[in-house]
Amino acid sequence: MNKNLLWKAVLIIGILLVFVFGIFGVPNSFSGQGLLTAMTNRIHLGLDLRGGTHLILQVQVNDAVNVDSDNAIQVLKDQLNKRKIPFAEITKPDPQNQPDHIVIKGVPASSRSDLLGIVNDQLPEYEVASGADNTWTVSMKPQMLADLKNRAVQQAIETIRNRIDALGVSEPTIQEHGLGDYQILVQLPGVDDPARVKDIMQSTAMLEIKQQLGGPYPSEQAALQDKGGVLPPDAMLLPGVTQPGSTGEQWWLVSRVSAVSGKDLRSADPSRDENGQPSVSFTLTGEGGQRFYAFTSAHVGDSLAVVLDNKVQEVANIKEPIRDTGQISGGRMTEQQAKDLAMILRSGALPAGVKYLEERTVGPSLGADSIRAGVRAAVIGMLAVLIFMLVYYRGAGINADVALILNLIILLGFMGFFEAVLTLPGIAGVILTVGMGVDSNVLIFERIREELRNGKTPPSAVDQGFSHAWITIVDTHVTTIVSAAILFIFGTGPVRGFATTLTFGLLANLFTAVFVSRVIFDWVLSRKQRGEALSI
Amino acid sequence: MEFFRNPNIDFLGKKWYFLAFSLVFSVAGIFSMLFWHHIPYGIDFRGGTLVYVKFSHAPNDNEIRAAMDHAGLKNARIQRFGQASNDEELIDLSLQETSEQALERGKTEIVNALEHNAPAGKVDLNNAPVLTIKNYLVDKDPMHIGGDEQKYAAQAQAIVNFRDKDHSGVLTSFDELKGAPGVDPAVVQSLQDGFYLSDFGVRNVEIVGPQVGAQLRRQAMLATVYSLLGMLIYLGFRFEWIYGIAAVVTVFHDTLITVGAFSLTNTPISLTVIAAILTLIGYSNNDTIVVFDRIRENIKLMRREKLSDIVNRSINQTLSRTILTAGLTFLTVLALFLFGGEVLHGFSLALVIGILIGTYSSIAIAAPILVAYQDWRVEKGKRPVAMPGRAK
Repeated sequence: MNKNLLWKAVLIIGILLVFVFGIFGVPNSFSGQGLLTAMTNRIHLGLDLRGGTHLILQVQVNDAVNVDSDNAIQVLKDQLNKRKIPFAEITKPDPQNQPDHIVIKGVPASSRSDLLGIVNDQLPEYEVASGADNTWTVSMKPQMLADLKNRAVQQAIETIRNRIDALGVSEPTIQEHGLGDYQILVQLPGVDDPARVKDIMQSTAMLEIKQQLGGPYPSEQAALQDKGGVLPPDAMLLPGVTQPGSTGEQWWLVSRVSAVSGKDLRSADPSRDENGQPSVSFTLTGEGGQRFYAFTSAHVGDSLAVVLDNKVQEVANIKEPIRDTGQISGGRMTEQQAKDLAMILRSGALPAGVKYLEERTVGPSLGADSIRAGVRAAVIGMLAVLIFMLVYYRGAGINADVALILNLIILLGFMGFFEAVLTLPGIAGVILTVGMGVDSNVLIFERIREELRNGKTPPSAVDQGFSHAWITIVDTHVTTIVSAAILFIFGTGPVRGFATTLTFGLLANLFTAVFVSRVIFDWVLSRKQRGEALSI
Repeated sequence: MEFFRNPNIDFLGKKWYFLAFSLVFSVAGIFSMLFWHHIPYGIDFRGGTLVYVKFSHAPNDNEIRAAMDHAGLKNARIQRFGQASNDEELIDLSLQETSEQALERGKTEIVNALEHNAPAGKVDLNNAPVLTIKNYLVDKDPMHIGGDEQKYAAQAQAIVNFRDKDHSGVLTSFDELKGAPGVDPAVVQSLQDGFYLSDFGVRNVEIVGPQVGAQLRRQAMLATVYSLLGMLIYLGFRFEWIYGIAAVVTVFHDTLITVGAFSLTNTPISLTVIAAILTLIGYSNNDTIVVFDRIRENIKLMRREKLSDIVNRSINQTLSRTILTAGLTFLTVLALFLFGGEVLHGFSLALVIGILIGTYSSIAIAAPILVAYQDWRVEKGKRPVAMPGRAK
C-alpha cells in the first residue's frame, strides 16, 4: 500500500471512530442493552415514537394591548381632569380588532398642544392624530405595538415553562411557533393526560382582590335593575364560581380597581379552610402587604372579593386589618385542583389569554408499535439493497456495501452530535438514504463498466468512472437536499425529523460513496497485477 | 451480472404512446380531484378530530356507530385502521364538531360514548392516566405505607407501562396485571374496587382547529411551489433554461399523477404525504438530470447527428443505471410500504407511486420535451441546434 493510500485509510478510520462516538458516547456497558441505552441517550426519540402531547397555542395578544390601552385611558382622564381640559368621552371603538385605538371626543382644538404634551410626557408609546369635530385618535406607535405583542408572547412562554417545569415533565419543548402569528408550540413527551396539563397552561391565573360593593344577584339584569340601570363608574359586575349545593348563577358588584393582584404574591400553597375543605393560602410581598394592610384598615366591616380569572371565588368580611396572608377557597376544589391552583399562582399570570389550535396525543403503545414497524422496514430494506449489490456487482458490491454501512454510521453519528430528534418519518428518511445513497455507487459502477467495455484498463476506467459520475452525483444530491431544506423550513415535528435524516444521510453519502469507495478501489487495484480484471 | 447490455430502444419514436399513457392518468386524476373524491385532505389540512381506538376483540362497526349516534355525534366517520387482525378503528369527526373553544370536546364525547355501559362509580383503567391511578392508590393505601406518593406513583407508572408497552394499550382482565413486573398484588386487588376494564384503549388523538388547517394548507402549497422554483433555478443555472423547464414540467406531471392517485384511491393527504411529494420533486429530478447530463456530453461528441438520435442514444446509455437506481430506491420504499406500519401508509404509498412515475417520466416526458422544443424552433425557421452544451 502506498503512503498516500495509507493516510486516506487512517483518515477514514478516524472519521469512523468519531461518528461511532457520536452514536454511543461512552457507554456504561458494551452489552446489547447497554449500547441501546447509550444510543437513546444521545439520539432522542420524537413524540410520535415515545408518546406524548403536541400542542399549538394562540396567544391572544390583543388582551395584553387592551390592558395597556385601558391603563392609557385612565391616564388620559386623570391628566385631562387635572389640567381642567374639557372632554366629552374617551372610548375604544373596536377593542377586538384595534385594541390600541382610543378615541377622545370633545377636546377643543385650542387644547391641542396640551393634549399632545400629555401623550408625549405620560404615554410615550402612543401618538395622537386629530380628526373632525374635536375628535382625536390616540393609538400606539406601530413599533411599540409590535414590541408589546411580542413581549406578551415571550412572557407567556416563560410562564408556561414555569408551570410545566413545576409539573415535572421531562424534556419539554416550549417555543414560539414560527409558522403562525403569536403562536406557541408545546411538546410534552410522556404526558398521558393532556386535559389537566392543558387546563394548567391555559389558566391565565389573574388573581385580584377587590372591594365587594353589592350582591349576590341572581343574574346580570337583576344587578343592573338594582342599581337603576346604570352602574357606578368605578364598579363592575362579575360572575361568581358555582357554589356547592346550588345551581343558580351569582353576580357580584365589585370595585374596578384591585387592592392587590397576582403580581403581589410571594408564595401560594395548598391548605385547608376552616371547614376542612381544600383551599389555597397565599402570602403577599412586602410592598403588596403594605397596600393590603392600608386597604383592609380603611375597610374594616366591609367585604372583599377574591377574584380569579374574572370570577368571584369567594367573598369575605374584613373583621380586622390584614397584613400579608390570605386564602382562596370556595367552589368545589378537589385536593388536586388546590395543588394545581397553588402551583399556577406561584408561576405567575399569563399576560394574555391563550387558546388551543391543535392537539395531537400519541399513546406510548402506538409509539412502541411504530418503532417496531419502522426498524423492521429499515432492516429488510437495507438487507435487500446490500444483497442486491453483492449479487450484481460481486467484488465491487462489497465496496458499495462497506460504503453504505459507513454512510449509516455517519448519519447516526451526526444525529447524536446535533442531538437531533428521530421521528417515524425520520426512520423512513434513514431507509430512503440507503436507497438513494446506493444510487451514487450504481452511477459510478455503471460508468466504470462502460469504460471497461470501451477497452480502458481498470485503473483508467475507475478514474474515468469517478470523475464523470462526480458532477452528476452533486447535481442529484443538491436537488434532493433543496427539497429537504424546504421541508425543514415549512415542517414541524415528524416532518422535520424526516428532512433532518435525509439531509444528513445524503451529505454523508457524498463522502462515503465518492471518497471512501474510491480509496477501496485504489487499494484493490494496488494489489492487482497489471492487466488483471476488476471484479465489477 | 448485468441486466442491460447495449440496449437500443427508440424511445422518442414511442412518444405518442407515452403521451397517451400520461394523459390517461393525469386526466383521470384531475377528474377525480374535480368531480369525484376531490383532494382528500387529511386531518392536518381540513381540521377536525381523529381518535384511534384499539379494541380487545374484533370491533363491530354498527355497535360503534350506534354508540356515536346515541351520543349525538351523527356525522362520525368510522373505519377500520390497518389490518383487521389489529382490531383498530379510526373515528373521525368533521370540523363542525371541533370547536376552538373546547378543542377536545369531540374526543371526550367519543370516549364517553364508547364507555356507555361502564359500571357506576368506576373508572376505566384502560383509559386512565398515571395521575388518576396514583391519586386513587394514595387515597386507598393498599400497601399500608402511609400513602407514600412516590411509591404509589411508581406503581401507577408500572401498571400503565405494562398496559401500553406490553399489551398495546388494552388490558382484558385484572388477572393480566398480576404478571406485571413491579406491581404489588395488593395494588391489583385494590384497583378492582375503583376501576373496571373497558374493551378499548385510545391510542392516538389528533385534533386540528380550523385556523391551523388553513395555515397548513397554505404552507404545503407554498412549500411545493418553492420546491419547484428551486429546481427550476438550479437547473436553469446548471443547464440551459429549456432543460430547467423540461425538468420542472416533468416533475409537475409526476406530482399531478401522484396526487391524482391519492384522489382516485381516496387516501387522505397528510403532512407526511406532502413531505413525500416534496422529496419526490427532488428525487424525480435525479433521473432527469442524469439523462440531461449525458445529452449534453453527447452533443459535444456527436455534433453532426440529429438531436433526436443523440437523445435516444443518451437515454439508452443511461438506461441501465436509471432502472437500477430507481429499482434499488423502489426496493427500500417497498419495504417501507409493506413493513413500515399503518402510520406511514400514506407516506410510503406516495413514494411507491412517485418513484415509478418519476423514473418513467424522466425517459418518456423530459427528453421528448427537449426534442419538441427544437422541432418547434426549426418550424419557426430558427437555427436548428437550439441546445449547445454550455462548456463547463
